[in-house]
Amino acid sequence: MGEILANATTILLFGIAYAMLLFIISVGLSITMGLMGFVNLAHGSFAMVGGYVTVTLVSGEGVHFLLALVIAFVVVALLGVILEKSLYRWIYRRPELDQVLFTIGIVFMSVAAVTFVWDNNPRNIPTPDLPGFLTGNLDLGFTQFPAYRAFMILAGGVIVAALFYGLERTRIGAQVRAAVDNRRMAESCGINTTMLFTLVFALGSGMAALGGGLGIQILGGLKPTFAFDFLVIFLIVVAVGGLGNIRGTFFAALLLGIIDYAGNYFLPSGGGFFIYGVTFIVLLLRPQGLFGKAG
Amino acid sequence: MADANMTPQPSPAVQQLLRRHRFRVVELLPWIAAIAVFYLFPGYRLLATQVLVLILFALSVDLIVGYAGIVTLGHTAYFGTGAYAAALLARPEWQETLWNVGAQPLVGIAAGTVAGALLGLISGWIILRTRELTLLMLTLALTFLLHELAKDIDGLTGTLITGGFDGINFTMNPILGIFEFDPIFYSTNYWYAFAVLVVGFLIVRTIVNSPFGATLVGIRENVRRMHAVGSPVQRRMLMVYVISCAIAGLAGAVWVQVQDNVTIAVYEFELAGAILIMVILGGTGRLYGAFIGVLVYMILENLTETVLGTDPPYWELVVGGALVLTVLFAPRGLLGIGEDVSTMLGRKRR
Repeated sequence: MGEILANATTILLFGIAYAMLLFIISVGLSITMGLMGFVNLAHGSFAMVGGYVTVTLVSGEGVHFLLALVIAFVVVALLGVILEKSLYRWIYRRPELDQVLFTIGIVFMSVAAVTFVWDNNPRNIPTPDLPGFLTGNLDLGFTQFPAYRAFMILAGGVIVAALFYGLERTRIGAQVRAAVDNRRMAESCGINTTMLFTLVFALGSGMAALGGGLGIQILGGLKPTFAFDFLVIFLIVVAVGGLGNIRGTFFAALLLGIIDYAGNYFLPSGGGFFIYGVTFIVLLLRPQGLFGKAG
Repeated sequence: MADANMTPQPSPAVQQLLRRHRFRVVELLPWIAAIAVFYLFPGYRLLATQVLVLILFALSVDLIVGYAGIVTLGHTAYFGTGAYAAALLARPEWQETLWNVGAQPLVGIAAGTVAGALLGLISGWIILRTRELTLLMLTLALTFLLHELAKDIDGLTGTLITGGFDGINFTMNPILGIFEFDPIFYSTNYWYAFAVLVVGFLIVRTIVNSPFGATLVGIRENVRRMHAVGSPVQRRMLMVYVISCAIAGLAGAVWVQVQDNVTIAVYEFELAGAILIMVILGGTGRLYGAFIGVLVYMILENLTETVLGTDPPYWELVVGGALVLTVLFAPRGLLGIGEDVSTMLGRKRR
């Protein structure tokens, strides 16, 4: 009995670590989609570039892992602003099909660009390059848990708390919530939604980059096809959680992260099946997502 | 001629609908080109055969994306199901139990069509109740679900069914017992795909020019008004969805039959994306957009990969760039550009 409980806890912890990663990457996508009704399939590209920046800084330049994450955040956030201002703004008012195709085009180009700069070989951060407190295992009494994943859970928790505080307690957060609810009304009240969107886009891209950097160790390396391989997972998290809803994205990430991990644990030969099955069922019962507005 | 006077003249609206069914001479062009390709480029017959099948697949996608306005990223679900239906029927190990008819090509394409239609009916009934992002996500989730299933079912059941990543190889019997498939020169294969495309095209052409097709365009352009005039929108959408899925299943079946093998690539997201790109590139809601789009895409891909190589992936750069430019500057696709040019030259036909 005790062993079963210990096993369940271990699976749960691993699942939560993965869920935190999903949340960090997807939350920016959720808010931008909720805010502009804009379907952005290229969100994973930002995460991928963030991951590559991190890996290059850490194993190439010997930069401290945490500092590299911060730099990746800033670089990709800036990249996001440039893309948003130069390309994305042209298609906000276009039909959904155009947005889907346009952003797929961006994904294709990002995959090619990353291969040009960093080649095809999978990248990893060698363990010695990581700070000491992120390597090895933590002794939880009943089981050993990798320190890196514990850090992942901790970082996820901090980010969730910071986002909640930012969105619920600050002026800008209130403006974002207002704009997600009803953009026209928010504009009528004098909120500059264009500015707001650029800001949110930059933050979301930066968060994706952060997730990309943090995820290298968890997803087992980084490849140029990352943007394609994980495109659907991030979209699923957003759709299941409900657009523009941080709480929804959080619970969707938890649900899908744990299910995916548990599925792969118990059924290594068919575990990928569950995440899509659950998505199908959730979206059937609640097309607007778990926490989305009805209608 | 009293009888002729007795028949009332069809109303202008009916006349217009009838006129759209008439064939124009220009419409022979692609078919003549397809026949010419067979003799002019014997070295490229496999590629040409693939192009023919993909045109059929693209037509099925255009039917729902271009005409009915349903945005899907998961049409490989139906293409792949048709493909596996035909391939599983043709598995050498199962021929005895299948009364030795499983490897008959026509049985295979019938099975593929039915499988596509059935899956389309079940999934469409569910999926089409949603809109926009949710609909898109459901089509994606379904495709990934089937992809995982095809990949893992052998491991889950402990028996060899789909062959997982490696897929299955099989040999088709001669068509109608006469025409043997030709794995070297692909001659029968080419004409087989050609014949299926002709039939599929005529069906799609008839549908889009019918009053039913006009309803679809109405739904795409203004759903509320279609509700207001009393059109059964939901039923029409499901109908066109099932037809489109049946054609996708047909295309999938032919795709594996002419190549003698099936792998999980038929369920891959990349293919669903690529086929949508082809349709957009050619121009949505235009029958011949599928022809142009598939042809340009496949030729460009082949050229880029033979001239520049696959590593680094120049092709991804080209296709990504082409897509971004198409969306920004030519949302109506290459045929749209053609129409604009001919309007500018003032030679637009009445």
